[in-house]
Amino acid sequence: MTEPLAPPPKKNPQRRTRLPTLPPAMRSRAGLGLALAAGQGRFALQCCAECGAVQYPPRDACHQCLATDLQWRDQPTGGQLLAETRIHASPDPYFRERLPWRAGTVQLDAGPVVLAHVHGDVAREARVRMALRLDRAGQGVLMALPERETPHMEDDPMLREMGTHPRHRRVLITDARAPEAEPLARALLDAGAAHVFLGLAEGWRPFPACERIEAIEGVTLHPLDVTDAESLADLAGSIGGKVDILINNARHIRPGGVIGAALHDTRDALEVGALGLMRLAHAFGPAMRARGADGVNSACAWVNVLPAQALAHDPGFAGAVAAGAAMRALSLSLRAELRAGGIRVLHAHAGPIDDEWHQPLPPPKLAPAALARAIVQGLEQGLEEIHAGDVARDLAQRFAENPALLAREMEGGA
Amino acid sequence: MARAGYDGAVLVAPFTEPYSRFSNESAHWWIARALRGSLRAAGLGPREIDGFSVASFTLFPDTPVALTQHLGLSPRWLDSVPMGGASGVVALRRAARAVQAGDADIVACVAGDTNPIDGFRKLLSAFSRFALDASYPYGYGGPNASFALLMDRYMQEYGASRADFGHVAVAQRANALKNPHALMKKPLTLDDYLNARPIAEPIALFDCVMPCAGGEAFLVMREDRARALGLPFARIRATIERHNAFADDPIQLRGGWVVDVDELWQMAGMGPQDMDLVQTYDDYPVISVMQFEDLGFCAKGEGADFLRARDLTIAGDLPHNTSGGQLSSGQAGAAGGFIGLVEAIRQVTQTAGPTQVADAARALVSGFGMINFDRGVCSAACVLEGGA
Amino acid sequence: MVLDTLTKALASGSVRVVDLTHTLDPDFPVIVLPAEFGQCARFRMDEVSAYDHRGPAWKWHNISMSEHTGTHFDAPIHWVTGRDVPNGATDAIDPVAFVGPVCVIDCSAGAAADEDFTLEPTHIEEWEARHGPIPAGAWVLMRTDWSHRQGAEYLNLRKDGAHSPGPSPAAVRALLDRGIIGFGSECVGTDAGQAAHFDPPYPAHAMLHGAGKYGLQCLRNLDALPPTGAVLICPPLKIRGGTGSPLRVLALVEASA
Repeated sequence: MTEPLAPPPKKNPQRRTRLPTLPPAMRSRAGLGLALAAGQGRFALQCCAECGAVQYPPRDACHQCLATDLQWRDQPTGGQLLAETRIHASPDPYFRERLPWRAGTVQLDAGPVVLAHVHGDVAREARVRMALRLDRAGQGVLMALPERETPHMEDDPMLREMGTHPRHRRVLITDARAPEAEPLARALLDAGAAHVFLGLAEGWRPFPACERIEAIEGVTLHPLDVTDAESLADLAGSIGGKVDILINNARHIRPGGVIGAALHDTRDALEVGALGLMRLAHAFGPAMRARGADGVNSACAWVNVLPAQALAHDPGFAGAVAAGAAMRALSLSLRAELRAGGIRVLHAHAGPIDDEWHQPLPPPKLAPAALARAIVQGLEQGLEEIHAGDVARDLAQRFAENPALLAREMEGGA
Repeated sequence: MARAGYDGAVLVAPFTEPYSRFSNESAHWWIARALRGSLRAAGLGPREIDGFSVASFTLFPDTPVALTQHLGLSPRWLDSVPMGGASGVVALRRAARAVQAGDADIVACVAGDTNPIDGFRKLLSAFSRFALDASYPYGYGGPNASFALLMDRYMQEYGASRADFGHVAVAQRANALKNPHALMKKPLTLDDYLNARPIAEPIALFDCVMPCAGGEAFLVMREDRARALGLPFARIRATIERHNAFADDPIQLRGGWVVDVDELWQMAGMGPQDMDLVQTYDDYPVISVMQFEDLGFCAKGEGADFLRARDLTIAGDLPHNTSGGQLSSGQAGAAGGFIGLVEAIRQVTQTAGPTQVADAARALVSGFGMINFDRGVCSAACVLEGGA
Repeated sequence: MVLDTLTKALASGSVRVVDLTHTLDPDFPVIVLPAEFGQCARFRMDEVSAYDHRGPAWKWHNISMSEHTGTHFDAPIHWVTGRDVPNGATDAIDPVAFVGPVCVIDCSAGAAADEDFTLEPTHIEEWEARHGPIPAGAWVLMRTDWSHRQGAEYLNLRKDGAHSPGPSPAAVRALLDRGIIGFGSECVGTDAGQAAHFDPPYPAHAMLHGAGKYGLQCLRNLDALPPTGAVLICPPLKIRGGTGSPLRVLALVEASA
């Protein structure tokens, strides 16, 4: 049985914060496919396009027929634990700090026999449910979970270590004015978050949800404007060491194409989305990266909310989506930079939200509460790529299939 | 077509460069020391060898090619044997064929590796692609964790106990106490073995080898040359080699020997019962037990019972790993694939000194190497007989 | 001789310099227009170097803002009614307009009582009855003590828009009749918060700029000025074709006044 995770005690100010170390991160090119699937919450393995043989470990040629066309396909998640060990000695600094570590050999229903991390609630020689998870190094690893949910199973130290679960963690949401801010704060608290800091730009401008947000216990509003480096420095100076999860939902959406739209709208979109992300990274990135191994409420995740169309373009929102694309590129670099601290960077691709800026668009539109739910679920499952809503999922699938075709199709709008 | 025998090619001048727990010398240094020791034993100089076979993990960025220049050798036959624990038997096989065919007259087979502080971790870190992708990220237990899983399954499957494996380890320590160069110098009791701290359950401290630096070497030449030089020699009665056997076994409970064992004994013209001593590849006791089964000493799953009833020490009824093996002498990288073979040559040529088994004439040597992912991929074995 | 007297008076303190300017602060409110319109950029400052690897011996910033951010000057071409005013941009205005006599009409009591307080002709007439006629070429500043408000209270935005004091159309007409050179306010604009609903809408902007007059907004410290007798100094940046500019607004005040 997994012990429910207790809230962390207050930090002992005399103790040095433990430096983040990472599990082995080196992978072959084929091996990186595990991380891609894990980041999307899929359980996929390589399959031979010719003979169908499932491959593991990842290969460059089929071990049955030598064909070189190997494709990542979703697989049944069942498995049988054949053998296990509890590792008590490791020359690797990361695992040394976390011993003993349970690992086992699993016969997958999909075919291959694999070495996997084994959840504490899995019994000897039991049937297991396999998942691909991202580890602290951001690499995809196989995890053998109990076949059925067990109480508090997400509090298993190994799962906690790999994941980004909000429980007992403190979260900064950068834009309180965005429509998903309020449901997001509530969903995070429901998931066990210890506190939600909500950033509020232009406090001198009222907004409808303000009073409701102020009334939520565990939520505080703080002056924060991602276009103003000083406000970020001020807030980071005050709570920078307590932000365990940062959700950057600041964005500036205005309709318009390239020829017809106002330059200042696009500039604002870039200021908020792209440069705002950089300013946030300057202010909050170093402390988060240094706190990647800081106990139960270590810093663990940075979420950037992006327009789903940022995978391609959108003539109806050209500037806003271009800013989203710039943000995505910056975010991918940030992902690489925060990796050193074991901080995961998540992309929450949001389809058009049901708000004033998408008012004339036909459905389906993304309800702010649905975006909030998707973000919290993504954190709970330790994902890297979240596609919130039907439009976002559809775009992601089309992007994966044929990016050039998607760009062509998008000429008519999302 | 039946394979031709290895007649005419013999093994001489076994030499072990005493191991060291840590070393700041290079693999080149250890290989040079081992080669020089073997040549001296044979009364030869470096220019008199025309074949050179090298096994080493720590030569990087060099290869055996660079080593010829480094050591001033000009062989007409050069081999690199990257097979870890199987490298000794594999080197022997290839060298013997070269000598039989006249491609080389004298082949020096050398294995050597260094072990600087933190060297083992670094060696592991780039060991194989499958290990990088699919085993290190899972606790980084190294071979200990891989063999723990194998041992766990073996115990479940065949009902063996830790004490059974302890029997192997304790006997080897007794042998090692007679080997002045063994790194382990304290006696080991079964209680010590059973109460040792866990490393990767069910593997505990005395199931594990100690990584170290060292070198091993021997020469392969025609029998007439050995006689002319007045060197005691060992004949190769049979030898086998197999890679990636039984890939569909979910967990490795048998090695590639099973595929070829009948041919081994047939070619040797003898059987397990004819062996005066056995040198298995002992990175873990469970692997030694597996080799006794797979090489025909007993049925699969009966290895523990078989060994429990035997005395595995030098003076016992089945002397095993007489120099203490890797478990008690240390694992010197690729030289760990030579340790049993070089000791076996000493034994059957009656030159083993303090570890000599009385009247030893025939020996089985087995090799097992390279945990590429979840199992050892290479297996090899040979039967030696002392020349007269 | 006049200037010599002035500098001596400044040195002796018999003439004081009063700063009527707010600090350019990234969080200082700017006017908020309906969301579909282009918005006024807030003041922003990015550090270029600070005695560090980006510039070892110096510190400097890149700054950005609207022409109408913070304490700022409105030129006639700011409004559509003033688009054709000759020399109506900040670079073309005769600088003599930037220094002149200033009349301060104290509406603080009215604004305290009513956030939608409007300056009416009667207030002007009452003021003139006590302080004499507003001279032609004078700057007229409407004191409301609105600059004491901070944050949300300053713009005082509600669902039906901003609520802050300003002049009525008739008052603007009355000031124009007196030949003033410009009008200034402590609020974010020269017009009242609800001036969109006046006839004409935004009378201060529409009528003053149409007549080639200037505006000053986001002023402070008007309570430190005498009703008359002070001199206003308010040169905007010389921006080519500029419709306005943030600026430092100063007043010279005689100590005896």
